[in-house]
Amino acid sequence: MSITTPARGEGWPDRKKGKGFGITRQERAAALFILPLMVLLTVFWIVPSLSSLFFSLTNYSVVSATRWVGSENYLRLVDDWLFWRSLLNSAYFTVGNIPLLLVCGLALAITLNSARLRLRYLYRVVFYLPLVTSSIALSMVWLWLFDPHLGLLNLLLNAVGLPSQPWLQSTQQAMPSIIFMSVWGGVGGTMLIYLAGLQGISEQIYEAAQVDGATPWQSFFHITLPLLRPVTLYVLVTSIIGSFQIFGPIYAMTQGGPAFATTTIVHQIYINGFRYFNMGYAAAQSWILFLLLLGLSIANLRLMTRGLDV
Amino acid sequence: MTIPAHVEIASPHRRNQTGLYLFLYPVLSLVAVSMLIPFLWMFLTALKPQADMFQVPPLIFTLSYTMENFTRAWTRGNFDRFLANSMVVSTSITTLNLMVTSLAGYAFARLQWRLREVFFVIVLSVMMLPGLIALIPTFLIVKAVPLAGGNNLLGQNGTGWLDSFPGLIFPLVGSGFYVFLLRQFFLTLPKELEDAARIDGSSEFNVFWRIILPLCKPALAVVALFSFQYSWNDFLWPLVIIQSDRMRTVQLGLALFRTQTRINWGVLMAGTAIATIPTVVLFLSFQQYFVRGIALTGIKG
Repeated sequence: MSITTPARGEGWPDRKKGKGFGITRQERAAALFILPLMVLLTVFWIVPSLSSLFFSLTNYSVVSATRWVGSENYLRLVDDWLFWRSLLNSAYFTVGNIPLLLVCGLALAITLNSARLRLRYLYRVVFYLPLVTSSIALSMVWLWLFDPHLGLLNLLLNAVGLPSQPWLQSTQQAMPSIIFMSVWGGVGGTMLIYLAGLQGISEQIYEAAQVDGATPWQSFFHITLPLLRPVTLYVLVTSIIGSFQIFGPIYAMTQGGPAFATTTIVHQIYINGFRYFNMGYAAAQSWILFLLLLGLSIANLRLMTRGLDV
Repeated sequence: MTIPAHVEIASPHRRNQTGLYLFLYPVLSLVAVSMLIPFLWMFLTALKPQADMFQVPPLIFTLSYTMENFTRAWTRGNFDRFLANSMVVSTSITTLNLMVTSLAGYAFARLQWRLREVFFVIVLSVMMLPGLIALIPTFLIVKAVPLAGGNNLLGQNGTGWLDSFPGLIFPLVGSGFYVFLLRQFFLTLPKELEDAARIDGSSEFNVFWRIILPLCKPALAVVALFSFQYSWNDFLWPLVIIQSDRMRTVQLGLALFRTQTRINWGVLMAGTAIATIPTVVLFLSFQQYFVRGIALTGIKG
């Protein structure tokens, strides 16, 4: 891998202290310090990412001989209605998930940012709890809550005189149910990031606005929202990237069903690559996903490094 | 309800705010309780005797809580083995991550070397890759590790690191995110710290190990907690490389437990609780570190 060569060259034990090749003591140390990281990143990230493009141009499968097929996999994608369906489902999930995450997260953050609110630390902990729990465990719990016969949700509906709902077992309700679960599980994260952003806004701005007779609503729309724009952008970008890659709940709750109503891109990649062992085809699908998210990833990189001396 | 008597600018909205708080507490409490209900329901179901499972309407409180579902998940569901596997994998990943990323973060923050910026951008760019893009080739690389799992020197004829601890551990070590986080922390320390030690003739590694690292415990704690939580909850990678029952991590065991037997909700919820408790306990014990870590990532700008 050409990328690591300079590091290795510098790090090659040159025992003469600080002499030869103009390498300083700190440079030799740095080369050794980053060596483990660069080896791991090269073997498990850089080489795989680049070679997945190569695999996407072959018919690689673990079982049979590999043949170069050129653009065949990509042409096949165009006619694969299941792939289009999975793109659509991923978009559905993302579009349903993100506005709710942002709005509810911001509302909670503003509420909990108030210094006069008692127990606000307790509330924060409660709202963040689902984010330290695995998506599989949460899926199991919600599978039970959504159970059409004995699940808590239908029992509650029945208790107030409403009819039972099929939830995950209906093509109409399955995706909204998963979105509901994801908002419940993710809102604490958005809340915490917004809270950090809110704490960066000086109290004096609000006091000045109040002296000028601004109502709380005016303060919100003309001070809070504009000043939180970088935070909103960050949350938006990272959560779109995350939402487009949803897999755990799909695998554990619906297996993409009923009638492919919840199959997502990553689910299709998993099925094609590891159930049918069409790894070349699955690699092509993951490259499409990569290209879809590329712009957002670059934006994310810019947001993280802005104002840093990189 | 009392409101602390701050000295404040008299505000026309003051009276409204008292009303606002009277309204806020019940609403917030209701939201908080509905956030907790899934967890409570999980525990209640797990603790119910089998005989009470099918009562309609369900018994919210029984007089006879029992651990029978937990014992069943533990012994017959193999959750003892899954939990031990997850512990080995997550603690190994966390330990290795701490070593690898703190060394690199230090080099990027405190050492002067050519190509530093280039390498840092490479590390950050790798961090931004969607994990999926590398999934299939990484699987093939892990399968082709030479002289492992029956492979020859060229990595053929065997299964390599598939279905093994090294296969579960190494691909998850070395995250650009933690390097970035630690670098930001190292940058805040005063430069004089190392200079004094360098003049005394310490090696670069000693400066890092004896002077800088002891000052970085909070940042290292953030990395350790995030890393443990992430690897504990990881699912797709174990799903892809693990074949045998005895190598399953707790998340994989849980997901497959559901598909393999007829659903027994009591036992399933007990297994879910077992998979959930470690990270929840960690979070509750060290929540200020979690909050700090998230704040560090989200407020650039």
